[in-house]
Amino acid sequence: MQAGTRAQHKSRRARAENIAGWLWSSPWILGFFIWTLGPMIYSLYLSFTKYSISSAPSWIGWSNFQHALSGADSLFWPSLIRTFTWAVIVVPLSLSGSLLTAILLNQRLKGTPIFRTLFFLPSLTPSVALALLWQWLFQPDFGPINYLLSKAGMVHTPLWLSSQYTAMPSLMIMTLWGAIGGGTMIIFLAGLQGVPSELYEAANMDGAGSLSRFFHVTLPMITPTIFFNLVIGIIGALRTFATAFVATNGGPHYATWFYILHLYNTAFQSFDMGYASALAWIFFVIVIFFTTINVRLSRHWVYYEGEAR
Amino acid sequence: MATTATATPLRSRAATQRGAVPTRLFGRTALYVLAIAGACLFMGPFVFTVGSSLKTVAEIHAFPPTLFPAVPQWQNYVSIFTIPGVPYAIFYRNTIIIAVLVLTGAVTTAAASAYGFARFRWKGRNLFFLVLLSTLVLPEEIVLIPKFLMFNNLPRLLIHRTLIDTWWPLILPSWFGGGAFNVFLLRQFFMQIPRELDEAAVLDGANSFQIFYRILLPLSRPALATVGIFSFLGTWNDFFHPLIYLNTNTKFPLSLGLRYFQQQPADATQPRDHLLMAASLLAIVPAVLLFFSAQRYFVRGIVMSGIKG
Repeated sequence: MQAGTRAQHKSRRARAENIAGWLWSSPWILGFFIWTLGPMIYSLYLSFTKYSISSAPSWIGWSNFQHALSGADSLFWPSLIRTFTWAVIVVPLSLSGSLLTAILLNQRLKGTPIFRTLFFLPSLTPSVALALLWQWLFQPDFGPINYLLSKAGMVHTPLWLSSQYTAMPSLMIMTLWGAIGGGTMIIFLAGLQGVPSELYEAANMDGAGSLSRFFHVTLPMITPTIFFNLVIGIIGALRTFATAFVATNGGPHYATWFYILHLYNTAFQSFDMGYASALAWIFFVIVIFFTTINVRLSRHWVYYEGEAR
Repeated sequence: MATTATATPLRSRAATQRGAVPTRLFGRTALYVLAIAGACLFMGPFVFTVGSSLKTVAEIHAFPPTLFPAVPQWQNYVSIFTIPGVPYAIFYRNTIIIAVLVLTGAVTTAAASAYGFARFRWKGRNLFFLVLLSTLVLPEEIVLIPKFLMFNNLPRLLIHRTLIDTWWPLILPSWFGGGAFNVFLLRQFFMQIPRELDEAAVLDGANSFQIFYRILLPLSRPALATVGIFSFLGTWNDFFHPLIYLNTNTKFPLSLGLRYFQQQPADATQPRDHLLMAASLLAIVPAVLLFFSAQRYFVRGIVMSGIKG
């Protein structure tokens, strides 16, 4: 009898907790359906249609995807390859730069808070301001960079953002300047500070030098942090848009015409919403693909403390 | 130690800890040199831009370029507010309003949603948490077009006008959990707060809202500050969404406004690159101030919520 009422009481409490939990989490759950799942389904539908806003969408099957993948859209493959190239160069440089900066800031130097502040400042620069600022630094005729280069003896100073050959490296420099000391570096710093000092003491007892300590203690212990930053970094690099849009608007001669720039122009300049949705879905599949590969590969090199091996 | 020191003095210095004072001193100096060089690299562009923003038109186009003007033109920072056709003060005001509204929505709804995930057992919680984690790596571009169409078409049906060229598309989505990352970060933080505190409060007759408001929120200031900063900086820097949704220049935030300023055909007799530099710098200031006033919380929020890996 008493056990029965207790069970009843318990189930009533569980039901109340169930409702309360749903209610509290409802903002995000509702948001997921309204702003993520619903739009994704709608966009999947649109990717099989021809739709230019002015008239209703009309079903055209796989045509949009064919148009892209067959190369009929002459900008599709070049922009995709350009974006990959960008990621392949920028991600390793920015990750290793951030890691080295974090290590430097983890050396208990005097004035570390000041250095951290100075390193971090560029990452607080909004991408538009960053683009405007560097456009000026890269100014081929009277900009300071070319002035320094010419003083150093260079005769044909580069045209930087104004040449199709140097626009991409210029954007890389700008982006790395804004990225290396930023959030990625802070996350690395947190990871470095989480390495237990007993491990370093043990390594010292074994007579390990600083390089060997780094490769055998620090690096393995921060692999989860590296993994996190790698996943986020790759996605971020593939999505690159604002700096290129403001600094070069995809030019000169499409030299910085990245994938998202292509998507933006298709959707919001040509208002070809059906084809742009197909581009978005192709992009989505690519991102998921790389993230999955990353997760798969991580089993071989990421070390989680407390995990049975 | 002594034996190695006599045998190979050079190597022993590097290999041992105590006998290595000169090497360590050298190493420390090298680290300081590196840190200072890094600081110069990161700060150089800023310093040059500050100088440029204080120059006259003639000075900014002079070759060779100077770092600082002969006489600082402080009035440049006044002039940017009165450029014909470029309502810089309104851009500024708009950004602040949008960023504050987004921040308020993101912090309140992310905290509520995270509370549901952290403290209640409800059917579907684990599934939705998995969904939440997977949306962390979801590229936003996939929902861009359908969201645009939703804000364009749905209101036309319901209230007979479009919400394109209003701030609604920029603000409304943030009131639904404020993004998966924020919910995740706060949930991790709440989980670390001992449940005994909740239970003690229940014994005192507190309901779930009081536990949330009186116990969890006050103890979560670092995490809330982190979410607030991320959200504010995200909005402050956001260029893509304003670019897509806004057409009228009096509604522009700074990011879009700066580009508008850059693209406005300047009067040929009155180039205003120096003003563009001043305008760009002024756009960075609030982000920097906010970050440094809350920096202490911010780093702690990241470390304690465990996103380091």
